[in-house]
Amino acid sequence: MGAHWEHFAHAADVGIRGVGATKAQAFEQAAVAMTAVVTDPGRVTPRQMIRVTCAAPDDELLLAEWLNGLIFEMSARRMVFGRFLVQLGPGWLRGQAWGEPVDRGRHHPAVEIKGATYTELRVACANGVWLAQTVLDV
Amino acid sequence: MDLGLLKRRGEQEWEIPLHGAMRVPGVIFADEALVRQMDDKVYQQAVNVATLPGIVSASYVMPDAHWGYGFPIGGVAAFDPQQGGVVSAGGVGFDVSCGVRCLQSGLSGAEVRAVQSELADALYAQIPAGLGSTGGVELSDEQTDAMLCGGARWAVQSGWGEARDLERIEECGQMSGADPSQVSSRARLRQRAEMGTLGSGNHYLEVQQVCDIFDLRAAEAFGLQVDDVLVAIHCGSRGLGHQVGTEFLQRMAMAESVYGIALADRELACAPIHSELGESYLGAMRAAINCALANRQILTHLVREVFNQVLPRATLKLLYDVSHNTCKSELHAGRELYVHRKGATRALGPGHPQLPLALQAVGQPVLIGGSMGTESYILVGTHSSERHAFASACHGAGRQMSRHQAARTWRGRAVVEALAGRGIIVRSPSLRGIAEEAPEAYKDVTSVVNCADAAGLARKVARTQPLICIKG
Repeated sequence: MGAHWEHFAHAADVGIRGVGATKAQAFEQAAVAMTAVVTDPGRVTPRQMIRVTCAAPDDELLLAEWLNGLIFEMSARRMVFGRFLVQLGPGWLRGQAWGEPVDRGRHHPAVEIKGATYTELRVACANGVWLAQTVLDV
Repeated sequence: MDLGLLKRRGEQEWEIPLHGAMRVPGVIFADEALVRQMDDKVYQQAVNVATLPGIVSASYVMPDAHWGYGFPIGGVAAFDPQQGGVVSAGGVGFDVSCGVRCLQSGLSGAEVRAVQSELADALYAQIPAGLGSTGGVELSDEQTDAMLCGGARWAVQSGWGEARDLERIEECGQMSGADPSQVSSRARLRQRAEMGTLGSGNHYLEVQQVCDIFDLRAAEAFGLQVDDVLVAIHCGSRGLGHQVGTEFLQRMAMAESVYGIALADRELACAPIHSELGESYLGAMRAAINCALANRQILTHLVREVFNQVLPRATLKLLYDVSHNTCKSELHAGRELYVHRKGATRALGPGHPQLPLALQAVGQPVLIGGSMGTESYILVGTHSSERHAFASACHGAGRQMSRHQAARTWRGRAVVEALAGRGIIVRSPSLRGIAEEAPEAYKDVTSVVNCADAAGLARKVARTQPLICIKG
């Protein structure tokens, strides 16, 4: 199964899930899934790269830190990101995100994201396939 | 929700009996139909909240409850600091002090309908709404600190609004105990361009017309009559509050082992009220409440500017401003308790000392937002509100369909056209956002409000219907 992302239903908010052959790929795809809550990731031109680094005692909290780090960058820089690269080590993450300033005419942003919650937060591997998921508060 | 899990206490009240690690029972206020509609996750989340240290009386669930994160949305829980009670960042949520305020225009429906389209365009041009919008207010570090301490009072002193507004805002517009030093540089940075912005998602600005009065005495005290035009503003503490919620959720989750609190769900991350972390959070969260109050005050000023141009006869007097995502220190039966309301509105009854003189005889206005195509309601706190759930009521209709499903079910343009056919003008930068917020994605607000009324949480006063809706 190739790397991909999907959304899952939550009554008020949105569940996001990244799937990949590695944990890092699953984290990257979770970030794409997050962008897809806001806009079509295919509409985001990778003009500018920003870095996000974070640390946490376990994979689940690391995923939340990664997503919340991106949410901060989206909000403070008023940008959207469409491409991601993640490197993982024991308890740390170094990530890169490529994107551009929000263009309301082209991106048609649906909603802003307030934060990545710990609800349905899960990082797991089954049969060689990694998934990384959580619910976003929008 | 499976009714077999519950013990019926009355027509509108159900008990989740003590089991497992629960310290108190759960209590759901809803009629049978609403309970059946509720997700099983609401049950589980109410049970989880009931396991937290120092919880008092019960883990309460309001009639509009739905699956949240940690607490259910529509959850109320009070904690006693003398009994090891906790404060939970997840129990307040990311949008600290999200709330509703209602302005009375002094205009009739006919006066507004005569310029409805012009007014909608002017409001849409003036009110920054949706992702990527920016407010015209940039604050220095010193001004930001003053705003975080002063809330709406700071905004009024800075020229956004009128002194008489303040007595019609919870805490008289200024949450005490705010500690700006606990608000991080990242939270401040997120807010830099967001003062005076509406946000997106379920946030809105609506021009509404009163179409029914249910309680003449309360309506008279509120100054409401059929055909009156009101303006409702629903938004919160914007990026600053979101970042405060994010950071303290993480810090509390990391400190779980320090405080030895076993959590059924990580999203319930919390700290003892009188611990260093608990007090840091309370200081930051109260500062975020002030940010929300200041934000709604600035938006009020912008609305007044628009009406002054389009309909200069408008008065735009503030009826009331309520917050529905908070944790507040309150006295209940002589005990100081920390009451978390997540998607729940405080509903103070008549005679409460925190009410302004003009509302003492009737109680606090309780503002219940519907969806852009349906009614909103104004209720009033009653003497029985205090007995039921620490003087709390519902906050809205509550979603019945996920955003994901709503976006697949409706097209934004079709929703806008259908509403226009019913005389409701919608302006929004996002058609997908409108589809996700389609009126049918929400529960029937009338059922929710009737239930709150019948349960004695608050009493119905007036029903309004939208004329104009500005969505983020």
